[in-house]
Amino acid sequence: MPVNNKQNVLLSQMSVGQRGVIHNFVVESDDCERIEEMGVTPGEKVEVVRYAPLGDPIEIKIRGYLLSLRREEADRIEVTLL
Amino acid sequence: MPAEIFPTQPASLIKTVALVGNPNSGKTTLFNAFTKLRQKVGNYPGVTVEKKTGTLVLANDRVVNVVDLPGTYSLAVRSPDEQIVRNVLLGRAAGEPRPDMVVCVVDAGNLERNLYLFSQIQDLGLPIIVALNMMDEVESRGQTIDVDQLSRRLGVPVVPTVGNQNKGIEELKQLIAGNVTANYQRQWRMAPDLEEEVEHLVRLLEQHENMDSHQAFAEALILISLGSKLKNDEKSSPLKYFFKEELIGQINAVQDRLRAKGLRSRTAAIEARYDWIKSILKDCVRDKARKGPDLTERIDAVLVHKLWGWLFFLGIMGLMFYTIFTIATYPMEWINAGFNWLGDQVRSFLPAGPLRDLFADGVIPGVGGVVIFLPQILILFLFIGMLQDTGYMARAAFIMDRVMSKVGLHGKSFIPLLSSFACAIPGIMSTRTIESPKDRLVTILVAPWMSCSARLPVYTIMIAVLMPSANNWQKAGLMLLMYVIGIVSACGMAWVFKKTLLRSQKPVFIMELPPYRLPSGKAVVIHMWERSRLFLRRAGTVILAMSVILWALMSYPKSPAAVDSAQAVKHSFAGRMGTVLEPAIQPLGYDWRIGIGLIGSFAAREVFVSTMSIVFNIGKETQEDTLRGAFQSARWPDGRPLFTPLVCLSLMVFYVFALQCVSTIAIVHRETNSWRWPIFQFLYMAAVAYLAAFLVYQAGRLFGFS
Repeated sequence: MPVNNKQNVLLSQMSVGQRGVIHNFVVESDDCERIEEMGVTPGEKVEVVRYAPLGDPIEIKIRGYLLSLRREEADRIEVTLL
Repeated sequence: MPAEIFPTQPASLIKTVALVGNPNSGKTTLFNAFTKLRQKVGNYPGVTVEKKTGTLVLANDRVVNVVDLPGTYSLAVRSPDEQIVRNVLLGRAAGEPRPDMVVCVVDAGNLERNLYLFSQIQDLGLPIIVALNMMDEVESRGQTIDVDQLSRRLGVPVVPTVGNQNKGIEELKQLIAGNVTANYQRQWRMAPDLEEEVEHLVRLLEQHENMDSHQAFAEALILISLGSKLKNDEKSSPLKYFFKEELIGQINAVQDRLRAKGLRSRTAAIEARYDWIKSILKDCVRDKARKGPDLTERIDAVLVHKLWGWLFFLGIMGLMFYTIFTIATYPMEWINAGFNWLGDQVRSFLPAGPLRDLFADGVIPGVGGVVIFLPQILILFLFIGMLQDTGYMARAAFIMDRVMSKVGLHGKSFIPLLSSFACAIPGIMSTRTIESPKDRLVTILVAPWMSCSARLPVYTIMIAVLMPSANNWQKAGLMLLMYVIGIVSACGMAWVFKKTLLRSQKPVFIMELPPYRLPSGKAVVIHMWERSRLFLRRAGTVILAMSVILWALMSYPKSPAAVDSAQAVKHSFAGRMGTVLEPAIQPLGYDWRIGIGLIGSFAAREVFVSTMSIVFNIGKETQEDTLRGAFQSARWPDGRPLFTPLVCLSLMVFYVFALQCVSTIAIVHRETNSWRWPIFQFLYMAAVAYLAAFLVYQAGRLFGFS
């Protein structure tokens, strides 16, 4: 994969099926801790599985399991696209 | 057998074993396998966290206690569940002995995240056995786990298990009997600067708070992850724990240093643990080539689909309600007939007198009127148990979250609210799936506005009086309107509560979507049994007492001159209360007789109908038609009809809102562990009910209706 193609987007901007690597949290807060404890840590691979029928929340695959979070939370997570 | 490499101690030491694990790790199945049915369900003192204990019989009839701690993802102290797990494991829970050993249940198919909790528990210094559960799923997915290697790397015995097939249970028992000792050296490391500060904090805690090194380390980790300064009051302290004043200063100094060095301390430990876990799993787990999407992905493609997902969701909810309102009616009729038979037996067996009346008219119909809901509760919990155990419940929350978030609630509030249409009691009991205490409380506070099945008899009779000649569609339409009023108001009220009384920092909505699994029949049955037992215990205590009180109110003092039951009731305490109440309820269009009905229906709403038949003197075998006729010919003393259409409407609206149900009040008391909330709920609902009925009646009159 060409290096110059790598770009950071917010997790909430990714489309279904897209993969990336968690880059960072936009702002650090107590909530980040909660999300990181579920395995969403910088450097980890992530895939957007689907959005809920009403467009929110979002379902991701991380560390081999399925996790859902609201767009609000996904807005705070930066992902480097693969 | 990996156990042999770990040192053991004489067998008499182990008394209590704690089961710990993530939600969906199969912990409860293992607990059931350990304890068979020797289980007790209760509450931890002061909190609403369920406490499950049981006994495990080892070889030679040795018995150890097993505590099934709530499923959690972490030992951080954000939710009451996490708090309890942490406190019990640290030996700080009031009245709970510190467990001598932990069995950490991990889902073998989701090792990475499950081992995170394991790593936190390991830090607490207790002997641990890992139960590598659901090994069958791993094998069928084509993965292999090198159990011996995993055991060596983690430093604890690891036993592969399949909980619902009883595989691995004997090995676990042998290990528990053999008494594994803790021999723990922490292997994961953070940045050296952070490690240094943690060590400093550990020393401080050991000196000032007399903590042992494990406890001090666990607390130090929480302290360095704080984003703000530590204040010394129990409420705001993240540890819910007091520290000595001088220690606070030192802890805050450590935090200042961390900030000055620009170290990312908040999540450092989390990342270090995950890195450690990853390095282990790299050597222990082998993924054979996977072919195509797995079962869960294939099912989800349909069940969470934009169109099929909705259809399935509506279908399953429809099926649930259909079953509750049709199939459940048969056993309900049997129960009704049974209690009637019992009443008749008492009547023919006991000599006439107060004792006979107490049983035949008070206790038996009173308790029977509540027990009659048992079939609906059983069916509801059958569905809820199945939905939960298959993994669909999380999908339902996923689909509905967007709707629920509009009023500030979590997707998980949907099922409890929906269940409340059958009966608020199981609805409120099922709020236990909501982690955030405030969301849970809001859900409990509005749930009774979902029109439950006990309101149906009241709605039915009122609609029959209101529009005797209307066709079924019109009647159904009016009935539906009552449901809609309840739903809309509940949403509005939830929104108000979330904005005012129970405002919280927006909790993070973050929910695992567990893989689909076949539910274990045994677990579902045990679940139904537990819930029913709780419900029946209520019926046997609070409801029993209330029905005796209500019976006494309606029967005493006896009127010597009364020729029929109507006059006797007017003379009774209830009749007098109704008369006293009349000025207060006249603005709603009600007279003292309806007042008695309102008082009587405190036991349960449908008691309104039987109370009214006593008041209107139509005898025990109430036919709906006779009661309707009595209602239609009822008059005020001045000859005006009592049950005008407006009064019927006002009464129905009153029943939508008023918390006319002792059982609900009792269950809210149990679930919130306080009297404050049920009393508040009763009062605010009474106020809204009064106001709404007042508005309907008075506004109606203003517009010229009668």
